[in-house]
Amino acid sequence: MKRKKRILVGKVGLDGHDRGAKILARAFRDAGFEVVYSGLHQTPEMIANMAIQEAVDGVGLSLLSGAHNHLFPEVARLIKEKGADNIVIFGGGTIPDKDVAFLKESGISEIFLPGTSLDIIINWADNNL
Amino acid sequence: MGDCNCRKGANPCKPEEQKAPPKDKHPPRCYTTVSDQKIEQIYTPTDIGSFNYDEKLGAPGEYPFTRGVHNTMYRGRVWTKRMFAGFGSAKDTNQRYHFLLNQGQTGLSVAFDFPTLMGYDSDSPMSKGEVGKCGVAISSLADMEMLFDGIPLDKVTTSMTINPPAAILLAMYIVTAEKQGIDRNKIGGTIQNDMLKEFIAQKTFMCPPKESVRLIVDTIEFCTKEVPKWNTISISGYHIREAGSTAIQELAFTLRDGMEYVEKAIERGLDVDDFAPRLSFFFNAHMDFFEEIAKYRAARRIWAKTMKERFGAKNPRSWMLRFHTQTAGCSLTAQQPYNNVVRTAYQGMSAVLGGTQSLHTNSLDEVLALPTEEAVTIALRTQQIIEEETGVINTIDPLAGSYFIEALTDKMEAEAMKYIETIDKMGGMVAAIERGYPQKEIADAAYHYQKQVEKNEKIVVGVNKYIQDGKLPIDLLEIDPEIEIKRNENLKKLRNTRNNSKLNETMAGLKKAAEGSENMMPHIINAVREYATLQEICDVMRGAWGVYRDPGYF
Repeated sequence: MKRKKRILVGKVGLDGHDRGAKILARAFRDAGFEVVYSGLHQTPEMIANMAIQEAVDGVGLSLLSGAHNHLFPEVARLIKEKGADNIVIFGGGTIPDKDVAFLKESGISEIFLPGTSLDIIINWADNNL
Repeated sequence: MGDCNCRKGANPCKPEEQKAPPKDKHPPRCYTTVSDQKIEQIYTPTDIGSFNYDEKLGAPGEYPFTRGVHNTMYRGRVWTKRMFAGFGSAKDTNQRYHFLLNQGQTGLSVAFDFPTLMGYDSDSPMSKGEVGKCGVAISSLADMEMLFDGIPLDKVTTSMTINPPAAILLAMYIVTAEKQGIDRNKIGGTIQNDMLKEFIAQKTFMCPPKESVRLIVDTIEFCTKEVPKWNTISISGYHIREAGSTAIQELAFTLRDGMEYVEKAIERGLDVDDFAPRLSFFFNAHMDFFEEIAKYRAARRIWAKTMKERFGAKNPRSWMLRFHTQTAGCSLTAQQPYNNVVRTAYQGMSAVLGGTQSLHTNSLDEVLALPTEEAVTIALRTQQIIEEETGVINTIDPLAGSYFIEALTDKMEAEAMKYIETIDKMGGMVAAIERGYPQKEIADAAYHYQKQVEKNEKIVVGVNKYIQDGKLPIDLLEIDPEIEIKRNENLKKLRNTRNNSKLNETMAGLKKAAEGSENMMPHIINAVREYATLQEICDVMRGAWGVYRDPGYF
């Protein structure tokens, strides 16, 4: 039997907006993924450790506080530093278009902007994790 | 043709109600509210039964206040136009406040950044990347003095959206006024100070629920005696709704939170009529026009009955539910952002028809960033157009007596009371939160709605219908990343130049109060006056009371 893909839905930083992250966690679970949800207020270090301990294939980060340019690359850097290059990192939230290129250069494979449908995100994860 | 898949259980639509086959890939139109309440094709006298005017509505300004809390409503006093604002440093935000006051805004409303909201200083490692992003960064009295520079605190009222450290920001405000030569009994405003909805929805928390409520009761007790014009809590449904609740859940959980605070303050030994008139509320104005109006009317009626009958309040002011409204941030779309102006206008109108005391209208760009000055101006003008041009303020509660509005108001009251009774049976809101009840109810509703949008059963213009390729250019406000560095330098300087031995004395008093049961407020004021930082004070509380961690229900 094909192994289920494992995914960590992560909330990093002080941002408390978890509606999107929780909807996504449920949608991934309903789509047949094994889902770990980090809960709120994690540091990049905590997310990186969790991703490795839980042996996930992908980490989905959600952020609405405007701190994505600091926190997303930091998660990517720490995961890489800990030798888990195979983990695919993606993100979403209230992220302006102009920040997308920088985030992709910083180790984030894909950024989903506000209003993206769950289907698009799940299909992408199916094909890329 | 098929079932429109309304919320299961409540009031499922019958498939035969949709006769016309869909012309495109969209499923049959479902006549439900945004919260998925079924609405009938027509309402008649049978829908409101034996309607007793005095019992159900009463005159405006009279029990049960369904028609409004003042007898003259907007003829006597138009709602306060209170735009929530804060970004970058205290100096940046101070300039925005002067701008807004010059544009005809009538009250201030402070948005703090995440470190401030969570009780961290700008130079804490936890704050990295977040300083000044979502609001203004305030770490000590020095920042507060700058924030209100040139603004006489006896002439404006100020609302501060702050929760775990609310007592500290209030203390800073009191001392800032003191330095302007204004006595604390002359200042007016609101601190949000509603921790229960933080655990339920907004999720800026610090210490566990019981200790958090203790600090809130401390502020109620203190203000009742010392700061009589201050609204001690803004019991908030806004964030509950933004987290994805239905309108009925917003109504029920908010009012039940309010009841919990009243119970605890009475347990402290306060007379309900001494503090209840200073409780205020804060609701969301979402897309569904009539559902929102019915929600505000039902809220007033439930609160009046509860205060009178359940808590035995005798002062009519204790029965009144006064509220602030903000239009629904979660209804705004990044696609075709100019449509957000239209959404906000309808939402603002529903709040006014529902009798709000103050209003924040969102700016069209808030789905992507904090608003620019141009965008805020349009949002403020939206309120001014409602007031000055549409004529809706001419008469009080103009929709009263509509079969539909009255039936919907009754229904929302009845459904909210079911939730309230369920939570009562659990032992109250703290107990319900500890078992994750409201959190899970909201997560279910949010997921249900999202699936409806995905299946095109609920339409969001520009997102799943009337989609346009290409993007309209839109300017966004950018926060200077240098601000974090500058603030770190300032804080370092502050720590070196303040009178640290005097400060340490006040901190010792604070610690003792936290470990015991003495009211925290006087000690917080003493520490703030000596320029204790926000985090230093919060760390005392964290040390004495412990830290709450998100249980992560989904």
